[in-house]
Amino acid sequence: MSRQTSQRIAFALLTFLAIVVMVPIVLVVAYIIVQGIGAVNWEFLTSFPRNGMKEGGILPAVIGTVLLTFGTAIASIPLAVGAAIYLSEYARDTWLTRSIRLAIINLAGIPSVVYGLFGLGLFVLFLGLGTSIVAGSLTLGLMTMPVVISTAEEALLSVPQRFRVVSRSLGASRWQTIRQVVLPNALPGMLTGVILGLERAAGETAPILFTVAAFYLPQLPKSPLDQTMALPYHLYVIATQVPGMPLEIQYGTALVLLVLVLSLNVVATVIRSRFRRRRQW
Amino acid sequence: MAKFTVRNLTFRYDDHLALQDVSLDIPANEITVIFGPAHAGKSTLLRCLNRLNDLIETEAIHLEGQILLDGEDIYAPRVDVTELRRRVGMVFAVPIPLPLSIYENVVYGLRMRGETSSSLLTERVERSLRQAALWDEVRDRLDEPGVLLSGGQQQRLCLARTLALEPDVILLDNPTSGLDPLSTAKVEASLRELKADYTVVFVPHSVQQAARVADTAVFLLNGQLIEAGPGERIFTRPREQRTEDYVTGRFG
Ligand SMILES: Nc1ncnc2c1ncn2[C@@H]1O[C@H](COP(=O)(O)OP(=O)(O)OP(=O)(O)O)[C@@H](O)[C@H]1O
Ligand SMILES: [Mg+2]
Repeated sequence: MSRQTSQRIAFALLTFLAIVVMVPIVLVVAYIIVQGIGAVNWEFLTSFPRNGMKEGGILPAVIGTVLLTFGTAIASIPLAVGAAIYLSEYARDTWLTRSIRLAIINLAGIPSVVYGLFGLGLFVLFLGLGTSIVAGSLTLGLMTMPVVISTAEEALLSVPQRFRVVSRSLGASRWQTIRQVVLPNALPGMLTGVILGLERAAGETAPILFTVAAFYLPQLPKSPLDQTMALPYHLYVIATQVPGMPLEIQYGTALVLLVLVLSLNVVATVIRSRFRRRRQW
Repeated sequence: MAKFTVRNLTFRYDDHLALQDVSLDIPANEITVIFGPAHAGKSTLLRCLNRLNDLIETEAIHLEGQILLDGEDIYAPRVDVTELRRRVGMVFAVPIPLPLSIYENVVYGLRMRGETSSSLLTERVERSLRQAALWDEVRDRLDEPGVLLSGGQQQRLCLARTLALEPDVILLDNPTSGLDPLSTAKVEASLRELKADYTVVFVPHSVQQAARVADTAVFLLNGQLIEAGPGERIFTRPREQRTEDYVTGRFG
């Protein structure tokens, strides 16, 4: 077999595999769209569930998920970004930083239900926050933190070292260098990490199960210490706990969740590609 | 009077001895050329003069001896290193424009020092770009990114950026390494004009360039100072055999 032939076969094979990987994604998305699109309309998005959730809309669950996503952002971003800046710009390579990094990697591997139980123990019970948006956001924030720290640190490290040296040689302090040179150039990468982390948080059920999510509430939450409904948990409830639930509403709910999460993904992709085109090194 | 006085400077990276008991004077308002073969320690010496070696993790480097700038020890505990780096500017071998516009590259150091008056900044931009012989080429495109300039223009931009801070001393580490002969001549010409107002310490890319620009010449070899003196003497009547061998191209 000539080199060109084997080259061509390898290429065809790899292309085929790449397409095979895409198939399940396309199928899942297409299936949910086909099954659920009939249920999704303005009324579905803006009204409360009625008649034991078998009718009506999903407004409180959508609002709850949006609130929780914001809460997660507030809880995780400052700490995670601070930690990433510390690790990439200030910390030397010592046993301490090595153990911090190891801890972060391990945190990323903990199953989300364990975060849920931990949040129940720490935030809901020990700190007395009760099942509330605050407790849920903190729990989701904790879960999101490792991903955001790792991607943010990577984004910071991808800013070439020579820019830091030049900035310092022009009399900038270390913090000025971070502020003026490092952060602006790392920001898109950091944002991507943040969004991917939030995207995962928005779709999780286990961490909110014991910390914030309500089965059904007749009104929207009024304070951060209230419980709220949330899309992933609502979906779980209507799919498994409500007998005689119309399939179309279930798939409609899944579709809304999917669109919410995927739109975050699209935002991340746009930011990344914008920046690639603009970047100057 | 000497601008810099280096006394018994010994410098180590981990266990590699890069400079060994180096002593020399760098006179004010002259071009002092530090030359020698690769790994002689020229860049290391330059980076000691504005404490850029401090950026390397501190336990990995080790410095002994003294460096005085206008009679003051620059490694004394109370020294403000950012202020020192404003007084002792550096131009690197490879031009490294920051990912900013031409204008912002030039005013970067001034902004970091807290200058906000836009008339002062604009005035400084024009003056330093003129001094670096770049003004005519970029006056209409100050908002463009610095990286879009050619290599030679970038190097002059980096020179202008250093000049904008009005330092006392300019350190140039082989600044013409990537430049064509014409751009090299432009940089050398700017240096000759600059020495009226500045002290220039220059690492050349060849012995010929060293001989062209040197007022004072310092020959380094394997971290040791072999010989220092007025340029015309070092390049025509060196006292040391090793200097003569290097200058005449017998090694290196
Ligand atoms: N950051 C560093 N860590 C460890 N060793 C270093 C470092 N920088 C330089 N050295 C070593 O110190 C010695 C002197 O290096 P230096 O860069 O000062 O030489 P130089 O005269 O500038 O050489 P060149 O002409 O190649 O630029 C070399 O042997 C080099 O390997
Ligand atoms: Mg060098």
